[in-house]
This record gives sequence, C-alpha cells and structure tokens, in this order.
Amino acid sequence: MTVTLQIDGKEVKAREGMTILEAAKEAGVEIPKLCYHEKLKPYGACRICSVEVERKGRARIVASCGYPVEQGLVVRTRSPRIDRIRKTLIELIAPTTMVDGEVVGEIKKLAKEYGANIHRFESRFRAKPTRCILCGQCVRYCDEVIGEHAIGFVGRGIERRAVFFPEKAKACLTCQACFDLCPTGKIPSETDFVVFDGFSIDDYLAGEL
Amino acid sequence: MTGKRISSPEELEQLRKRILSKRGSNKLIVSICTMSVCGQSRGSVDVCGRFKEEIRRVGLEDKVDIKETGCQGFCEREPVVIIFPEGIYYVNVKPDDVPEIISTTLAKGKLVERLLYTDPVTGEKGAKESDIPFYKNQMRIVFGNNRHINPTDINDYIALGGYSALSKALFQMTPEQVLEEIKKSNLRGRGGGGFPTGIKWETTKNAPGKRKYVIVNCDEGDPGAYMDRSLMEGNPHAILEGLIIGAYAMGSHEGFIYVRQEYPIAYENTIQAIKQAEEYGFLGENVLGSGFDFEVDVHCGAGAFVSGESTALMSAIEGKVGEPKMKYIHTAVSGIKGNPSCLNNVETWANVPLIINKGAGWFNSIGTDRSKGTKIFSLVGKVNNTGLVEVPMGMTLRRLIYDIGGGIPNGKKFKAVQTGGPSGGVIPEQYLDTPIDFDELTKLGSMMGSGGMVVMDENTCMVDTARYFVSFCCEESCGKCIPCREGLRTLREILTDICEGKGQEGDIEAIEDIAKAMQDASLCALGTTAANPAFTTLKYFREEYEAHIKEKRCPAKVCKALTSYYIDPEKCTACMICFKNCPTEAIHGGKGIIHWIEQEKCIKCNTCFEVCPPRFSAVRRISGEPLPLTPAPGTKVIREKRR
Amino acid sequence: MVSRTKSPKPTKVSTTVSKVIRNYQQDKDKLIQILLYLQSTLGWLSREVLTEVSEQLQVPITQVYQIASYYKAFSLMPRGRHIIKVCLGTACQVRGSPRLLDTISAMLNLKPCETSEDMRFTLETVNCLGCCAMGPVVVVDETYHTKPSPSDLRKLFESAK
Ligand SMILES: Cc1cc2nc3c(=O)[nH]c(=O)nc-3n(C[C@H](O)[C@H](O)[C@H](O)COP(=O)(O)O)c2cc1C
Ligand code: SF4
Ligand code: FES
Ligand code: FES
Repeated sequence: MTVTLQIDGKEVKAREGMTILEAAKEAGVEIPKLCYHEKLKPYGACRICSVEVERKGRARIVASCGYPVEQGLVVRTRSPRIDRIRKTLIELIAPTTMVDGEVVGEIKKLAKEYGANIHRFESRFRAKPTRCILCGQCVRYCDEVIGEHAIGFVGRGIERRAVFFPEKAKACLTCQACFDLCPTGKIPSETDFVVFDGFSIDDYLAGEL
Repeated sequence: MTGKRISSPEELEQLRKRILSKRGSNKLIVSICTMSVCGQSRGSVDVCGRFKEEIRRVGLEDKVDIKETGCQGFCEREPVVIIFPEGIYYVNVKPDDVPEIISTTLAKGKLVERLLYTDPVTGEKGAKESDIPFYKNQMRIVFGNNRHINPTDINDYIALGGYSALSKALFQMTPEQVLEEIKKSNLRGRGGGGFPTGIKWETTKNAPGKRKYVIVNCDEGDPGAYMDRSLMEGNPHAILEGLIIGAYAMGSHEGFIYVRQEYPIAYENTIQAIKQAEEYGFLGENVLGSGFDFEVDVHCGAGAFVSGESTALMSAIEGKVGEPKMKYIHTAVSGIKGNPSCLNNVETWANVPLIINKGAGWFNSIGTDRSKGTKIFSLVGKVNNTGLVEVPMGMTLRRLIYDIGGGIPNGKKFKAVQTGGPSGGVIPEQYLDTPIDFDELTKLGSMMGSGGMVVMDENTCMVDTARYFVSFCCEESCGKCIPCREGLRTLREILTDICEGKGQEGDIEAIEDIAKAMQDASLCALGTTAANPAFTTLKYFREEYEAHIKEKRCPAKVCKALTSYYIDPEKCTACMICFKNCPTEAIHGGKGIIHWIEQEKCIKCNTCFEVCPPRFSAVRRISGEPLPLTPAPGTKVIREKRR
Repeated sequence: MVSRTKSPKPTKVSTTVSKVIRNYQQDKDKLIQILLYLQSTLGWLSREVLTEVSEQLQVPITQVYQIASYYKAFSLMPRGRHIIKVCLGTACQVRGSPRLLDTISAMLNLKPCETSEDMRFTLETVNCLGCCAMGPVVVVDETYHTKPSPSDLRKLFESAK
C-alpha cells in the first residue's frame, strides 16, 4: 500500500509503515538526525529530526524518525519553529561535546546551519563534560545488530551514562562496529580498544562518572 | 475455596443479605484508620488496640464493632475516631482517651467535648462529621466508602453493594452497552491528561489482536499527592471491580495493577483483595458464572516518577527499564508486547462501578460542561485543614482552599496554589475563582494533573518553587531525550544561580527559549510539561525573578544566599530557646544576655525563626538590605521578659 | 529489620539468586520484581549478585544494570544499619523539609546518599511517601516521624546503635 503525502510542498509517494524521515530521504529531502540509524529501531532521543506535521488543519511537532507516514499528511521539515528547536538543542548539547572549545563533526555542521551559539550555555554547564549525547547508537547497535551487550546505559535523568562492561568487551577487540557510529567521536578517541578506561561500569560504580 | 465461590447474581445478593443480617443493624461502629501510613504514624494502631481491650473489659463486644479502615481523608487530625451510625467525630485521640469515650459516648450516648473538632477559624466545635466544614462541603462519592470498609475484608465491600455493578454488567448488559454507558458518562481520565475514558476503551476494544490488557496505574509519582494510595489501600475492591468491568467491555482477559514500591500497604491490600476476589469468583475462570474469564497480576514499581508514563509503565511490566518510548501508535492499540493495552488511573477505575450502577445520566448531573463527576485532591501545604478532599468538578479553587481547607494558617497571606505536580503550574490569587475543570486549569498554564494541590503562602519564593520542580525532574526523568535532559540540566543551573544571587541579564529569555524547545520537542509528556512550573511562575511572578536577578533580593526571604537571620536586640528577651535549638551553635549569648547570630556559622535552617515565641518575634529575616549591627557580646537584655 | 549480609560467599550468592529466580518461575518479565526481592533481603545489589541474575535469568548484563541503576529502590552500594529517609516531596518541601534535611545532615555529618564510615547510618532523600498531609516526614528504619523536632531526632539517632 502506498500513501501520498506532502513534504516541503512536494507530493511524495511512500510505502505504508515507512517513517517520515525515510520517505523524505527517498524524495531527496535530507532531515538532520543524530540518533537514527537505518539498521536500528527508531529511538527518538536526539529530537533534531523534529518536523512540523499538519493533519486536518492541526499542526504539531513530531520526531520524523518515528512518525509513520499517513495519507494526506502535510510535512514541513524547515520552518521558523523547527529551526529554533534545532538551534536550541545544539546550544544545549554543545558544552558537553566540546573538545578544545570547539564542537565536532555533525554537530559542528548543524551549529553552523542553524546559527547556534555554542557558547551560550557554557557558563551554566557544571558537570564533567562526557562528550556523549546519549544517542545510544553504540548501545543499540551492540544490542540489536551484534548481540554482544558490551555497552549499556546506566542511571537516569541528568545522571544517565553509557558504559562498557569489561567482561563483555573481549569481543570488542575485533568488532569495533560502534567506533564509526559515534557522532562526537568519543568512542574511538577515548578507547584503547580493550581497556575502556574512563567509562566502564566499574568507573560508574566507583562514582567516577 | 469452592465453598465461597459465587456463581450467579442471585447468590451474590443472598450473600450480601447474609452479611448484613449477621451484623445486626443496631450495633455501634467505631471506625479508626489503622491501615494507612497517616493514621499509623500518628498512633492510631495503639488507639485501636486500646479500644479492643477496653471494650472486651467492659463487655460491650456485642454492642460495638470496631472497623479498622484505610485513609479517611482528614489525616492532619489523626488519630480520628468516628462512631456510627451518628457519625460522632473525635480528633487527635490518644489511647488514654479511650476509656472515657467508651464510658461516655458508647455507653451513655454523650459527647466527650474536649475531643471534638474545633474550627481553627471560627472556634466552633462540631460534634459530627457532617458539622465540620472540611467534610460538609465535600461530595464523597468515590472516597466516602473508605471509612466503612476494612480493606482486608471483602465482605465489607459486598455489604455496601460491592460487585453489584459487575453483576449488572455481566448479566444485564453486553460489552457494547457497558462501553456505551462509559462513553455517555463523559468520564475523563483522572491520571493527569483528562483523556476521555470511553474513547480509549473503544480504541482498545476495536484494535486487532486476541490478547488485550487492562492496567491500573497506581504509580502516583506526583510528589505531594496521595489520592491513589488512599483509594488503593482503603478500598481496593472498588478499583478491582472497575477493572473487571472494563475488561469485560474491551474483551480483555488479563490485567495488571502497577503499584509503586513506596506504598507497601497498598501493595499488600491489593494482593489480599485479589486473593479474596478469586475465592469469591469475581476473578478467574467463569466470573460469577457468566462465562467471562479474567485474571489480574500485581507489578511493584521500584521508584521512578517517569515510570508512571504509559509506555514506560508497560516496558516495566515487560521486565525492561521503565523509560518512555515514542508512541505515535497509541498504547491502546500497541502496548504490552505489542498488544492493545488500556491504562487508566486508580481513580478513573474507581468511578466505573458507580457509573454502571447509577447510570451515565447521574454522572453527567455532577460537574461542569466538559468535566463530569468529582475529583479527589490532596490538599496540602500551607493550609489549615490538610487532607484528601473530594469535590464536584466546577467548585472554585477559593471554596476548596477556604471553605474546605479553612484558609492559610497563622494569619499569613495566600500566594499561589500549585496544581498538577511537576507538570503543572502555580495559580495566583487573581484566579482563585476559577472553577476546577480540566480545560479551565489548562488555560491558566497549569493543569488538573492527578490531584495534587499544594497551597503556598507569602513565605514561599516562586523562583525557588520553579527550581524545586525542575530539580525534581532532573532526577526523575529518564534522561533519554536531549531537550528534556539537557534542557532541565541547564534550567536547573540558571534557576539555582538566580536563587543564589548569581542571575544574569538574559536569563529570563534563556529560560523561555529552553522551555519552548522542551515543550515542542521532548519525547514524552514529562519533558513537554516539565517547564510548566517555570513558565507559570514567570508569567505570574516575573517581578520576583527580576528582584532576584537585578536587586539580589528574595522578596519571600527564602533563598538562603540572599537572606540573613538577625536577632533584634530591642526585642530579644534572652529566653534561650533559639540558643538551644540552633543545630550549629551559631547563636551566642546566655541567660539575661542578648543573643546574637554568628553569620559564618549560620546554615540558615530557619529554626531560630520558627522557635522564637510569637510574642517576642525577635528573629528577623533580611534580604536585599545590609545587616544591622549586632550588639557587643555580653550586652544585657533591653526588653524584660513579661511573665 | 531486614538482615543485611555484607559480603556473602560466592556460592551463597548463586544459590540465593537461583532460589529467588525459581520463585518467579524463571520469568524474564519479572526481572524488576526479582531485583526488588533481592534488594530487600540483601540490603544492596552487588556486582556479583547482578552478574548472577544476568546469567541465571539469561538477560543481558546491560539490561540488569540499566534497571538496577535506574530505580531509586535499588542500591548499588552497601548501606548502613539505620536508614534515614527525608521526604523532599512538594508538600514536605513547602513545610520546610529542605531545612530539616540540612539539620539532620549537620547532626549526622552526612550528605544525602552517604553512609557513615562505621556503617551506622545512611542518609537518603525520597520524593513523597504519600504522607503529605503531615509533613515534613522523616522515616527512620521504616518508622514514620511527622514534624520531628531537632531534639526528637537527636534522641532517635543516639538510641540507634
Ligand atoms: C511523567 C509521567 C508520569 C505519570 N505518572 C502517572 C501516575 O503516577 N499515575 C497515573 O495514573 N498516571 C500517570 N501519568 C499519566 C499516564 O501516562 C496515563 O496517561 C494515565 O495513567 C492514563 O489514565 P487515565 O486516562 O485514567 O488518566 C503520568 C504521565 C507522565 C508523562
Ligand atoms: S521527555 Fe524526558 S522523561 Fe520523557 S523521554 Fe525524554 S528524557 Fe525521558
Ligand atoms: S533522529 Fe529522530 S530523534 Fe534522533
Ligand atoms: S510530600 Fe512528603 S510525604 Fe508527600
């Protein structure tokens, strides 16, 4: 079954069950994303992919990576409201991901595109910068694709962390699949392959994270 | 076990008659709340024990029954003893008062004056429950039975007509008719969102799938609210009956009751209630001989506010971590393990048997246009009468706080009322005449929420209040999505800075920007509403924010960094009370020598301010102005202590 | 009082865990309930206990730790013989519980979430115990104290060995 929807003014055909993000990609509309991965189940954590959808005259904001396409749906992937959300989100994550006063990779690109002032909340960031935005790509890839469970989440709220489990990390020696997924570059730069110094479950239990 | 099983509506009626006739109608009933933490922490168990002992001693056993109940609502005055049928009401009863109650009231029908409730405002005494303003203005259709029921005895519930709605639904109505009745009643969810219950049921009923689940949400994470605890502890069968009726309407055969771990008595009573309902044939195979099967299991929470959110709660039931998921497909269609799952709040379920028994028309006669029925609130904070109150929708906040709550203690001024918990907001004085209604409260930027109603007086700082709720959510959110996690973290730092006198130009705009992004982009309703306390305090008390930021002054004199404690030498009589109570020994002086506070040692715990006798009022809080000089150590008192 | 084993022998851990898991029919859906049970009997959840649970119930260690570190009911550290919980829920907050917490903290010389070196006290905070009408509420070893005065508390702590 196919449905027809409108993305940024363009008529787009999509298969039922697809998400807005996937339909947009096929139609050549790129929506920014930080936690989406095509091999993984939609997760909806970064919210950078937020778009405006309109149905029966009612507009609302949804995460395009999880919202299924519908017949007649009107989607706007850019609008003043959307741009403001993306700008604020980048400003909020900048302090924790900064390396030598600069953000890197995809985040840097987005900061430029949306005019985010990456130093806006710097003085208010008093936690230890973890360089992790908890997009969970590593955790979910290790779980859903590799099936090794060598890295997982612990804690909750602002204390939430991703940590390695050393007893499982033997497999990492040859795998390293998560190295390329990490949008901030934390994993490849802070891991010396088997010893996950600095962010293992034991560091967490010792209160060092 | 089979002996107790009821297998037809007639048998249920016969059982009810048997219970009633065995009890006799002319016995006096002494009702005491011993099954609730509020009563227990005030010693109600000892009072009850004494009653049992004394009644046996004087040989009144066949004239008097003792009813140990769950929460009765007026927790502040516990231990409370109510004597039925008249409803004579004694408050703050101690074990040693028991012999007198027995010899005076139970034996002679006279009152023990000193134990009667005295109205803190008018000074009038009330002999009966119905004389007391706290009760007089309530409408206790859901909560009122608590005081007649021992929650561990199913017969008490049956005696009051319990399970007759289930019998009616199963034998006189089709599932469609039950659903229709709930839809017509316009019942809206009591768990916070106010979603129409009938529509949710219909969605689950019509969703494809053989296995369907019905679930009771007794996670009650809203700090400051305890309606659900009291219902679950005090009248568990009412919720169970509602759940079974719902299951029948939706074609579900499996249910869950999710109880938070902080409520051990509710958990115990739920388990007990399920066991008894199974024995009586209200649960299990072939319920009441109708051919309908239904089973229910209890899941104990482990302490996380966000776990009350529907997708999080369902993950927890699956044995996974209780964090929210995207739900663009509603849980009513795809919930537990992808099956249609209907989640409703405790109070929502408790309304169901009433609606089935009395009809949607009756239910519609109570309340406002778009909010029907009653709502239970936990009226707490700076209000004279604190406790659980049930009022018809549409009552104004003013009547609730002043007529039922008896106004603000110690002659202080009302400042705001906080409704809706961490997702709600503060409502200032000028809106006190707003009727209680889902949509009206939302219009003010707050919300009905689950029923927490925290009254705040002039000594409450609004920036500090916002900071409190934001910090609460920092710890209690799951931390999965960026707007909520990083938004809350940053908001907390900004608000803390403001409270500590480190606010900066542009902070108010920053709060607004972050709050907007959280509202628009968070994954679940915790995040989308978590900025409401900040939003509403900014909306109604902007000048307080500005005083903190620009003048480094806390108008309510609460924020520690901006407030100092000072003992007025003109007023101090050297009574030694504050001196003895200060936890850090920051107060100097002695007998006949004026006390003074060593500022470096003072942790601003407010103890001295609280203990200084009102007739002296020598301790002052100072904010935004320089501290007056302290007298030289050893200065003798200026003001003589009046004896 | 719940008994608290400080560091049980390895063999004992696995048998304790397997008994509990058997009671719950080896059902993975009951993971949270199993951990709650272990927490209440052991007083805390050690690395060893959680590893056992993961292996015996056959759920990933990541999932076990995620749950054990997510909920407030679980403790990943040994706790003191006496647990003091101060309610910081809204109703208690409005009635001065943060100040009460400061007072208690000063009396015991412990910050929230800390355990004294002699393992006598653990100071914790909770967000509402449903006793809101009577706040501020302090729970000492499962007994609820409503509006306790500093001197009441001092006596209580002195009598707790
Ligand atoms: C963070 C969060 C916490 C919640 N906590 C509760 C709760 O403790 N009790 C409750 O009944 N509903 C709670 N809810 C609302 C539930 O998600 C759900 O809407 C409700 O249980 C549905 O029942 P109702 O329609 O009868 O209100 C919470 C929602 C959120 C977002
Ligand atoms: S809004 Fe908050 S609580 Fe909800 S999913 Fe996001 S981080 Fe978790
Ligand atoms: S890509 Fe959609 S929320 Fe991250
Ligand atoms: S706020 Fe402390 S018990 Fe509810």
